[in-house]
Amino acid sequence: MTVTEMAPATQPVLPAEELPSTTKADQPTAGSPLIEDELLVEEISIDGMCGVY
Amino acid sequence: MPAERLADELARGLDAPICLTWEFTYGCNLSCVHCLSSSGLRDPEELSTAEATGLIDELSEMQVFYVNIGGGEPTLRPDFTELVSYAVSRQVGVKFSTNGTTMTPARARCFAAMDYVDIQISLDGASPASNDPVRGEGTYAAAVVAMERLAEAGFGRFKVSVVVTRRNAGELDEMLALAVRFGAELRVTRLRPSGRGALVWNELRPTADQLRDVHAFLTRHGEVLTGDSFFHLGPLGDQPLAGLNLCGAGRVVCLIDPVGDVYACPFVMHPEFKAGSVRESGGFSAVWRASELFSGLRQPATGGACNACGSFGACHGGCMAAKFFTGLPLDGPDPECVLGHGERALAAAGGRGVAAGLSPGHAKPGRPVPVAFGGRRLARAR
Amino acid sequence: MGCAASTEPGFDPARAYELHPDVALRPEPFGALAYHYGNRRLTFLRSHELVQLVSELGAHDSAAASMTALGVPSERRQVLERALSSLVASDVVRRRPAGAIRAG
Repeated sequence: MTVTEMAPATQPVLPAEELPSTTKADQPTAGSPLIEDELLVEEISIDGMCGVY
Repeated sequence: MPAERLADELARGLDAPICLTWEFTYGCNLSCVHCLSSSGLRDPEELSTAEATGLIDELSEMQVFYVNIGGGEPTLRPDFTELVSYAVSRQVGVKFSTNGTTMTPARARCFAAMDYVDIQISLDGASPASNDPVRGEGTYAAAVVAMERLAEAGFGRFKVSVVVTRRNAGELDEMLALAVRFGAELRVTRLRPSGRGALVWNELRPTADQLRDVHAFLTRHGEVLTGDSFFHLGPLGDQPLAGLNLCGAGRVVCLIDPVGDVYACPFVMHPEFKAGSVRESGGFSAVWRASELFSGLRQPATGGACNACGSFGACHGGCMAAKFFTGLPLDGPDPECVLGHGERALAAAGGRGVAAGLSPGHAKPGRPVPVAFGGRRLARAR
Repeated sequence: MGCAASTEPGFDPARAYELHPDVALRPEPFGALAYHYGNRRLTFLRSHELVQLVSELGAHDSAAASMTALGVPSERRQVLERALSSLVASDVVRRRPAGAIRAG
């Protein structure tokens, strides 16, 4: 398996459908550019923070 | 409208932690070779029951959502159940880590009856042959008995937490099956060179090939918890692993030790990363909000030597504990950088890097220094 | 109209909703954290407008009425409704019987 280089840090957060099932976000509708980048709701597992047991 | 990534906002810190780790005691009936808090003997200055309930009151006022209680072996404290019950009564949820040796059927039923209490059983191998050299003879069997008792008591989805090492990296599927067998969830976390972990890190840390396998396993099994401890493996994939992919230390989480000292996280229980003490006049909240250490961590960090690397956005330079205890600069690559920059940095630093002369912490006297693996059992104290 | 609140799928702005009683809402610079003590899910609400709406839902007969009371312009409603829908799906917000108004 080869290492893949990620895009630079300016990439926006990936939309919900590309993330594993523990995250969920506001789903933009096709053809609504006004709200396409809005992620008003994001869900992270309570286990998903580095620095705890 | 959110203008920036959530992780970037959280990196600036919040007015209260989201959750935190609280080690109840340094006392432990085991002597795991990689113990991040070098536990064994109780400290004579550990927080009293009154001090602990006062701290719980403060956490409640700050709306800390839950605490990860650990140690040492936290259930060894005589006031353990009292403190857990009190936390829950004050809307502070609890997840406690235990080696399972104290899990009688009665205690399992007692915990199963409590709301907002979760349990994490520590286990580091899919069989005694891989687990016991790390955690001690009989510890695999004891953990499984605890799991059986929790399942029998109808506890529900407790956690089985595994520190990934060279010895168990090939057993993750088996460990997932073991967790599922008892109705539990598997959690895997990163071995850091912290506490006694510094002494075994070079021998126990997974190989680069194993880390690729771990990443593949986590990608296949989105249901496996990680405590966000593998975000440094992010560049191995097309998308990030689940979690904030952010070092939360001093920003959204921290550690409170058994004597009330506050550290950035459990993996940096070292004076360099001590923020203060809950015994100071402002209590925990003053330390969280105003300590110099945490204020510094909440400043935007430059990538330093990593700035030129296209993968920095995915790995964020990795883990500060891993860098600190291997003698690497905090603004450079993680020793386990998947692109190999860490290996090069370690080599350039002229040696295997693990900090020498670490204090024994609260380890039991007479415990022999762990010897190299190579198929031999570790010498045991007494 | 007599349906069991929790079994009706989807989000309907004409229905009455409320913040789930097991959820703690903690204000933050970016909006709020919502932690569900029952299912242990942590949700980031990244808009103060959304946080205010969620807090006020229990005081109105319908989500639409909450938005009107808060002065939400029509062009903002779709994105807020989508956010509420997501929050209903994760049990942060739930249906409540119409007519049972609770203080916000």
